[in-house]
Amino acid sequence: MNVKVLYFASLREAVGKSAEDLGLPEGVATVGALRAHLAARGDAWQALAEGRNVRAAVNQRMVAADGPVSPGDEVAFFPPVTGG
Amino acid sequence: MATESDFSVSVQQADFDVGAEIGVLSEGRPEVGAVASFVGLMRDINDGSSVSAMTLEHYPGMTERALEEILVQAQHRWSLFGARVIHRFGRLEPADRIVFVGVASGHRGDAFAACEFIMDYLKTRAPFWKHEETTTGARWVDARERDDSAAARWGEASTAGRVDDDGNDELTSDALTWDEIERRR
Repeated sequence: MNVKVLYFASLREAVGKSAEDLGLPEGVATVGALRAHLAARGDAWQALAEGRNVRAAVNQRMVAADGPVSPGDEVAFFPPVTGG
Repeated sequence: MATESDFSVSVQQADFDVGAEIGVLSEGRPEVGAVASFVGLMRDINDGSSVSAMTLEHYPGMTERALEEILVQAQHRWSLFGARVIHRFGRLEPADRIVFVGVASGHRGDAFAACEFIMDYLKTRAPFWKHEETTTGARWVDARERDDSAAARWGEASTAGRVDDDGNDELTSDALTWDEIERRR
């Protein structure tokens, strides 16, 4: 399936891009699995590795690691928010 | 009777007029007995460093949605006639206004509580990130544990997908909360 992935703030800087369209291999169906899939790219993508403080949203709603990812979804990864 | 338009959010680069915003909350509404407001300003010092400017990044679309959902939650918890949230993005300098929250209610208790709740939730749920320019270089501002604690005291987990000490993603009640809001709509 194809999804759109967005990166914000320090994570955007770390991975060097703000967005990408991505075809996911079979079996990558949750936010946690997608995160691991991206972290496996290595190098800068280690910013998404397990243990790093990363938040995720699917279709603009914050979700936990087991949040499902469906075709056409907009998935965003970002550090904890610091507004206000 | 409160209508949807009495509850609004704006995410903008421009500054705002605090007096005008407070005025609108009670204008033509003799049932309003209390308006509580909060204004967040940019400080020139953070974590021991002098800060000359900062740039606020946000997630267009999700930001507005997150703020609107916080207002929906506030309406479910307190008796409110109206509420307004304005949050700026882009480059700001010390003493600039960053955020405005105003709440109109019949009595001060609901107005005070809702105003504080909205700010506490905004701090942990609205997708904004601060990038500071300091005398020792530029840096992303780290989230503070005390903001999580402040949000948690309202009775729900403050953030979703949080990584715990074991390095595992722990499921908090947040995802359920967001779903619940959606069902109520």
